[in-house]
Amino acid sequence: MGPLQRVINELGGYSGEPIKIMEVCGTHTASIFKNGIRSMISPKISLISGPGCPVCVTPASYTDRLVEYALKEGHCVLTFGDMMKVTGSGLSLTEAKAHGGRAVMLYSPLAAIKMASGEPDTQFVFAAVGFETTAPVYALLIEEIIKNDIKNLKLLTSIKKIIPAVEYICENEAGIDAFLCPGHASVITGCGVYRQLADKYRKPFVVGGFDGEHILSALYEIVSQLQSGRFEMKNMYPSVVSEDGNTKAALLINKYFETSDDYWRGIGKIKASGLRLRQPYAGYDAGSAFSCNEERLPQGCRCADVILGRISPADCGLFKTVCTPFAAVGPCMVSAEGACGIWYKNSI
Amino acid sequence: MKINMSHGSGGAQTSGLINDIFLKAFGNKILNRLEDAAVLSLSGKVAYTTDSFVVTPLIFAGGDIGRLSVCGTVNDLLMMGAVPKYLTAGFIIEEGASAQTLERIAQSMAKAAKEAGVKIAAGDTKVVEGSGGVYINTSGIGEVVKSGISISNCKAGDAIIVSGNLGEHHAAILAERMDVQNNIKSDCAPLNAIVVNLIQNNIAVHCMRDVTRGGLATVLNEIASGSRCGVEISETQLPVSDEVRGFCDILGLDPLYMANEGKMVAVVSGRHAKKALETIKSSRYGKNARIIGSVVEGKGVTMTTALGGRRAVDVLYGEGLPRIC
Repeated sequence: MGPLQRVINELGGYSGEPIKIMEVCGTHTASIFKNGIRSMISPKISLISGPGCPVCVTPASYTDRLVEYALKEGHCVLTFGDMMKVTGSGLSLTEAKAHGGRAVMLYSPLAAIKMASGEPDTQFVFAAVGFETTAPVYALLIEEIIKNDIKNLKLLTSIKKIIPAVEYICENEAGIDAFLCPGHASVITGCGVYRQLADKYRKPFVVGGFDGEHILSALYEIVSQLQSGRFEMKNMYPSVVSEDGNTKAALLINKYFETSDDYWRGIGKIKASGLRLRQPYAGYDAGSAFSCNEERLPQGCRCADVILGRISPADCGLFKTVCTPFAAVGPCMVSAEGACGIWYKNSI
Repeated sequence: MKINMSHGSGGAQTSGLINDIFLKAFGNKILNRLEDAAVLSLSGKVAYTTDSFVVTPLIFAGGDIGRLSVCGTVNDLLMMGAVPKYLTAGFIIEEGASAQTLERIAQSMAKAAKEAGVKIAAGDTKVVEGSGGVYINTSGIGEVVKSGISISNCKAGDAIIVSGNLGEHHAAILAERMDVQNNIKSDCAPLNAIVVNLIQNNIAVHCMRDVTRGGLATVLNEIASGSRCGVEISETQLPVSDEVRGFCDILGLDPLYMANEGKMVAVVSGRHAKKALETIKSSRYGKNARIIGSVVEGKGVTMTTALGGRRAVDVLYGEGLPRIC
C-alpha cells in the first residue's frame, strides 16, 4: 500500500473524538469539493469553511460604491471576475452594465494602465479586492501608475489581512480544533506567524497546498497531532511557503500600504485586519475609507455564521430554497470560492 | 479599406462588398443567382437550426469567427443525425471593420463549408454604427439520415463518450484576450466524419450533443434531466491536454465548464461502447476520444474523482470567470 492510500485509509477509518477543522481559504474549500474529499474522510472529521473568500468578506457598501462609479458618466470600473457578480445592497456590476454602466473585467491589473492611457478622458476605478496574495499586485499597479504618470486611474481598495481574521476566530469562536492554513496567502506572510498562533491557542495550524493529495496529507497531519495531543505549526507546502514569506513582496506592500482596522462583511470591524494606501499615495485612492461600513446582512442570511465556522451552509434556512446561485441572497453563494456556492454545486 | 455606413446603404457600395468579398468566397450556383431566396431540393425529414456568433477577438489561434459560424451550425445539425446541406449567412458589420479582415473571415467560412460539405445558399449584410465589430448569424438545414437521436433517449447502461480534449476553444480565446503566449489552439471543427462513421457502422447512438458553451458538465446535466436518469463519470477518464490543464489551474477554471467548438458527446448502447469508441478514434477530430462514464438509474451527474472521492457535477451558473486570487 502506498503512503497516499494509507493516509486515505486512516482518514476514512478515523473513529476517535469528533474533530472540527477549519479550512481558512476558499480555494481549499473549492478543492476539497472538487476532489470529493468530504466523501473520503470519516464523518467524525468535519471540515468547515473559514473567512478566506475575498468576495464574501467585502462589505456590501464597497460593492455599492463600485456600482455607483460604474453608473457615473465618464467613469469605468475595472475589476477581476468574481466581483462582477456580487451584489451590494442593490445592483451587481454585471447588472449595472445592463443599466448602462461601464465595468470591464481584467485578467491583470497592469492591463488597467493600457486602458487608462488609451482613454485619457475617462476616469477609471480599479476594484482592488483581495488578501495578502493580491496586495503586491496592487502595489505594483500603483508603481506603474506613478511611473507612467497616469492621472485617470484610481484604486478603490478593500484589501484584507487573513491572520487577524484567524486570530479573531480563535478568540471568539469555540469548538474549532485545528486550522488548515491558506497556502497562497502564506506564500507572502510566511508560515512563522502560525507558529505563534499554534502556541497561543494550543491548536494545530497546518499550512497545506491545493491539490487533493496536499489537502489529504495536511488533514492527516492535523488528525495525527490531535490524536497525540500536539499543537504545532507544520508547513506541508514547503515548495512555495517559507518561514518568513516573500519579504520582497512584503516590502512592496509596506511601501504603499499601511495596516488599518477593516470591516468584514457580516462580521464587522476586525482590528488591524486591512490594508489601506499610505498618506503620500492617498491621491490614487477613489474614496475607499468611505466605502466600508458596518452593516447588516439581508434578513435570514447566515453568511457571517458560515464564514466564522458556526454553521455549515446546509444549516442556513435560506440555503437551496431562497438562496441559490441564480438568486444569491448572501455573498457566500456568489463567489467561486464562497462556501455556500461550492456546497450548492458539489454536494451529493 | 475600412467598412463605412455607405457599404450598408443597399446601393453600389453594398454590391461591391457582396461581390468582392462574399460572392468571391462562397460563390455557387444557388447563391450566384442573387434571388430573394434560395430554392433548394431536399429529401425526407430535414433538420433546421440557427446560431449567432459574437466572439472577440475575431481571429484567434486555431480559427476565426467565420470558421466558428460554419462549424457551430453544421455540428448542431449533425447532432440530430442529419447530414448538413445548406447554410445561410447573415453579417452584421460595425463601421470601421477592416475589409481585409472580412475577406479573411469569408475565405475561412468557405474553407470550413467545403470541409463540412455544405453550400452557403443565401446571405445578408448590414452595416451598423460601432467600432469595427463583426457578428455572424448562420442557419443550416440538413437531411436526417438517422432519426430517433434525442436528449431524452438515454438509458441506464449506456456508455458516454467524449470525442476529444476538453476546454481548448475556451482556453485559446482567453489566452488571446489576456495576451498570454502558449500553444493552445481552438478546436473549432466540423464533426461530420465522427457522426457519419457512427451511423454507417450501425452504432446504437441514443443521443449526441456538441459540447459548446457551458462545457461538458452542462451537457451531462442536460442528458440526466432530459432522459430522467443519472450520469456517472470518472475524473481520470476526462481527456484534457496538459497545457489546458495548466492554464486552468493558474486561472481557477475547470475544463468541465469550458467551451469547446469541435467536441461532442455520444451516448451509445453499452454493448456498442467499444466499437463506438474505436469508430470515433479512427475518425477525423476524434483521436483523443474516451469513454468517460455511463448512464445509470437515479438523477444528476456524479463524478468519481482521481483520488477516489465522489462529488456532484452541477451545471454552470453565470459566466465562467477566473477567480480573484
